[in-house]
This record gives sequence, C-alpha cells and structure tokens, in this order.
Amino acid sequence: MSGQTAATLRKKPATLQPTKRILSWGRYPKTAHQHVHRPAWNDQVPDILKAAAPGSLLPYGLGRSYGDSCLNDGRQLIDCRRLNRILGFDESTGMLSCESGVSLSDILDVFLPKGWFLPVTPGTRFVTVGGAIANDVHGKNHHCAGTFGAHVRQIGLHRSNDGLVVCNAEENPDMLRATIGGLGLTGVTASADIQLKRVRGSWIDAESIPFHSLKSFLDLSRESDGRFEYTVAWLDCFAGRNARGIFFRGNHSAESGKIIRSKGGPKVPFALPSWLLNRYTVKAFNTAYYRAHAARQSTSVVPYDSFFYPLDSLRQWNLLYGKNGFLQYQCVIPESNFEAFEELLDLIAHSGMGSCLGVLKQFGSAPPAGMLSFPRAGLTLALDFAMRGDRTLQLLRSFDRIVLESGGALYPAKDARMSPALFEASFPQWRSFVPFIDPKMSSSFWRRVTEAQAQ
Amino acid sequence: MTVTTSSSTPRIKRMQKIVILGATSGIALEVQRRLALQECELLLVARSPERLAALQSDLMARGAKQVLTCAAHLASIPHHAGIFDFVRRSFPDFDTVLLAYGTMQDQKDSEDSVDALLNELNVNFVSATALLTLFAADLEQRRTGCLAAITSVAGDRGRRSNYVYGSAKGALSLFLQGLRSRLHPAGVRVITIKPGPVQTPMTDHLPNSAHFADPEQVARDIMRALERRSPDVLYTPRIWRYVMTAVGQIPEGIFKRLSF
Repeated sequence: MSGQTAATLRKKPATLQPTKRILSWGRYPKTAHQHVHRPAWNDQVPDILKAAAPGSLLPYGLGRSYGDSCLNDGRQLIDCRRLNRILGFDESTGMLSCESGVSLSDILDVFLPKGWFLPVTPGTRFVTVGGAIANDVHGKNHHCAGTFGAHVRQIGLHRSNDGLVVCNAEENPDMLRATIGGLGLTGVTASADIQLKRVRGSWIDAESIPFHSLKSFLDLSRESDGRFEYTVAWLDCFAGRNARGIFFRGNHSAESGKIIRSKGGPKVPFALPSWLLNRYTVKAFNTAYYRAHAARQSTSVVPYDSFFYPLDSLRQWNLLYGKNGFLQYQCVIPESNFEAFEELLDLIAHSGMGSCLGVLKQFGSAPPAGMLSFPRAGLTLALDFAMRGDRTLQLLRSFDRIVLESGGALYPAKDARMSPALFEASFPQWRSFVPFIDPKMSSSFWRRVTEAQAQ
Repeated sequence: MTVTTSSSTPRIKRMQKIVILGATSGIALEVQRRLALQECELLLVARSPERLAALQSDLMARGAKQVLTCAAHLASIPHHAGIFDFVRRSFPDFDTVLLAYGTMQDQKDSEDSVDALLNELNVNFVSATALLTLFAADLEQRRTGCLAAITSVAGDRGRRSNYVYGSAKGALSLFLQGLRSRLHPAGVRVITIKPGPVQTPMTDHLPNSAHFADPEQVARDIMRALERRSPDVLYTPRIWRYVMTAVGQIPEGIFKRLSF
C-alpha cells in the first residue's frame, strides 16, 4: 500500500476520533488527546493551524519530555516526526539546516562520519531538533558551550496568524529568543539552522573519579571546568549530605579510530511490575554501581554513545517504573546556597524513595539563550521517583519548599506537578513571554502553571 | 541490440540507478533513505516541486551519489511521455524502477459516485500500467534491470469495505504477473510488492492505524527483495503471506457474509 501524499491531508473535522494514547516519557500524567495531526510535509502545516480553534494545538516530537510540557490533554497535537528532512549542509562551516522532526540520533548518524558533532547534546539521542529547541536542552558541556539554543542561528516558524516567520539575530530576534525554550508554544518549527562542531572522530577520552562529599564534588568540578569539555556526576541518592558518587569527565579524543554506528540495544518489552524497583533493589544497584566505579579511578577511550547516552542502550527504560510511571525532579540551586542543597540531599536520602539515576552537574554562567531557558549558574540535580500516588507528590512538594527558599528553579521539561507559585519563582519573566505565544497553541503544562494567575 | 554492462558477468548486479515513481509516498520515502545510504543514484518523480526539493537535499546529505527530480502528475497519462522522455535523456542507464504511488479514497465515495470510482481505478491501475509499459519496453530492449511496483494484500481478495481499491491493486498484481513472464526471457526482473496495512499518511484516517506495520520494516523488506533474486511476489510484513493464504481458503459462501 502506498500513498500519493499530495492528496493526503484530509479535511475531516467531523470524524475526529480519539487517537492512540500518547504519553510523555514519565508516563504520568495519563492523558487523552482529541486528535493527533501527522503532517508529512511543511506545506501541510499552515492548513492545520488555520483550521484549529484557539489554544487547541501543540507540536509534539519524540515525547522525551518527562511530564506534561509535551502534552495537550483533551485537545490536539501536531506530531512533527514525519518532518524529518535535512535541508542543507555546508561542509566548510558545519552549518546544518533541517526540519524540526529530525532527531539528534539522525544527525549523529549522518554527520559524525563526516567529522561533525552536535554542539550540545542531552542524555538521550532520541529527541527531535524541534524538541531540543523548545526545551533549550543542555548537556555535559553546559559550562563551556551553554545550551542547545545558543547554537541555533535561525528558525523558520509556522505561525497561525502571520505565516512562515524567519527568526534570526537580525530578523525577529525576540521571536527567536522566545522560541528557544518556548515549550513549543510560539508555533511549529519548520526549519532550524544549527552550527555543528568539528571533531576528530567518535571517541571520547573519559575519566571517572569517585568522590565522597559534596565539597569534593565541587572541587572536582571547578578543577575540571577549564580542562574538560564534558563533566557530569552520578550520585548515590541514599547517601545524604555525605554525598558519594562518581565524577565523569571527558574530551573528544584525538584518536580518529573507526566510526561507530549506533545499534539498538535490548528493549524493555512492557511496563514491568512497579514493585521491582523498591528501596532495596535500588540501594543494592547504587552500591554495586558505586563499587564498580570506585574500585578503579579510570582513564579510558570510550565510544561516544556509551559516554553520552548510557541509558539509550536500554530502549524504553521508562517502562521499568511500571504502569503508573514516574516523575523526574530536576532543580537548579544557586551555588551560594550550598546548605540548601545539602538539606535537599538529606531529605532525599531520608525518604528512601529515590532511584538509581541521580545526576549532578554544575552549570556554567553563560547568559540564557532563550526567554524561558532553565539552565543558570548553580548546581543542578536530576532524580527519578516512581509514581506512588500522594506519597510521592507530597515528598516532591517538600523539595519544592527548599528550592523556592533557596532561589532555585525547576525544569519544565521534567515537570508534571510544580505549583504556579514555583513556576513564577523559577521564571519571573514569564509574562513577557506571553505575547509571543501563538494564539492556536497551548499545553497541559502551560495551562497548569499559568492559568490561575492569568485571570 | 547492444548490452551495455561495464564489465564481467552480469550475475547479481548491484542496483545503482533507481527511478522512483511516486517519490513522496510514505513507503518510497523510507526506501529512498536506504538507497541513499548505499550511495545510489536516484531519479525521483512526484507532483510537488517543493517536496521534491526537500527530498533532494535530504537524500544528498544522507549519501546519495546523485538525485535528479522530475515534477509531474503521475496519474495523468498525457504526462507520461514527458516523464519517460526526461528519464531517458537524463538517466539513460537506469537499472531499477520502483512504482510507489497510489491513492486510497473512502470506499463509500466510489460507491456513490462513478467519477470517484473511475479515479480510484485510474490512479491505482490504469495509469500504473501505462507507465510500466513504457519502462518495460526500455528495459526489455536493454535486457537488464528490474521493475518493482507496490500493490497491496487488499488485491488478493475483494472485501466489502475496500473492494474498489482492492480490485485496482489486484488487477495491477495480475498485470505484473503477466509482465514478469513476458520479461523473463530478457532477464528483466518484475517484483510485485504486497504490503499489509502500513502506517503512512495514506492510512492515517483508518481506524487502528496505530497498529499498522512500521514503514521502516516494509522498506527493509523491499530493499532485500530488490537486492536479491527472489521472491517475485513479496508480502511485507511476511506474516501477510500466511494470512492471505488462509483468507484465500475461506469459501465464498462464507466470505461474502464477513463484514470486514
């Protein structure tokens, strides 16, 4: 069966049916969308925007946002994954132009063999360019490269009221800053120009160093910032303020070696029973993980994908948390508020509900690329919590208090439950973003954190 | 009659120059990516010049050695001479042709309107045979190459809900069967590709489309069929070969009562 796609954009508002359930990566909250549009070509997007009711649409990519920022409960989504074409590449400058549904994985597959790498990459390669822009994602090189949005030179944006808008440093610079980190609310990204980075090959000179306190983590981090392009730490969340963990740092290797192509790893086939990840199994995992790395402070040359994307090797790992899903908590706390951070770690350890995947990183102080960018100078911590109903929500609320008092912020891409007050504290400038929102766009997240205050 | 193979025996010659008729169709998109990875040369035919331009840059970036495009209306038979002429002039030694376009209207429309019915038959069957005939003559004369066309499992048996589309695709399958026999002495392969329901823009409006086959898997199967010498008739995903064998066994007296 094939399709002459020219004739495919059917107008069928009368027959909208609830579509296959689309969830975010955390599989919480459970949503039902009225309809999911799946344009295959950019020329189909204007009609979708035109036909929609105000506040009814939201672009959707690979669904790797953890909470509800990529969802639009009871309304419609525009699935952009079929808009996945590379529109141009300048071999001499590394400037890539592509559609919004191209995944970072795709970019690596095509351009790494030619000696080009992503300027910034999050912890998974399975996000779209549109998603990376909308959440202004960061990576292990935030301290020297800033966020993904800092490397976006131009965006072509479908707007429901004024057609295709070109945004760059000269034309519509404010719309560019609004779209970077704009949670998809400013319109549908038609194309983006991204500056790739030259590398010698696909290998990383990596080091892992165990640490035993928050202080020694900070020392390590400061000492590494100048010498290492990539730094991040894994944290045992059961250790409290006497943090123990493993510090990872690395640089692109001068060794060119052979090019590695990513291969799919094993896959979690279905939602596992949620009791599998309990405090004992997680504790055992953390101890084993720590011992395995602590035994040897190691220096080695590793393939880029195992350095950047260890979790991608287990496909659909989010199903490990069972059918109720999980919440991720990622906050940033100013470094001056060291005590608040310790207090937070104690609280997490005390709860016994944390998970295997505690990630700690010191952000750099580069100015934000977008109006609503999350990264800012300070310490950021990301941690998963299996969704166990009120108990979990209450625990996270107790973290909120610390974040709020310390002048910190929460990351919308990871959030499914922060209060409007905490959003306001995290992004006090959000009202100046509102005029840039496309009138046809809205999201579950946006309604949750702003609607009470807008009135 | 001269044979213009470069050298040595033309055993299993790697396909290198492929003409895609209906390059913007959901399945063709996936096949083209795989061909680009193998550094093939492509000539893409489809209606929209803008879409062809996007495809061209995409496939070039992904490794294709050359991508030519021809914007034309494939379902319109008067356009065919121009298309064929363009291919012969700019891509004279093509070795593979993949016909991938088609349309699936709401069956109800064809029941209510003869125009809609004729359009469905014309796009999926009549225009396809007209094009294939042009390309077949060329390959037959050069005594080389491969013709492949995407039909459908829907063509294996007429169903209440989809018999117009099914009959067009079924007729195309029959046409290909005869063509295969005709071109066999000339050493030209003819492949009938019969996909089950696939997740493409063409099927988005159908209920349960989320459970349809992944176009990437279908493209993988098509690539394998193009590269090897068998099968002549490809069912993809493979389970459809067995499903359709079973469906074929149901007596008509019972089948006519089934409502799918």
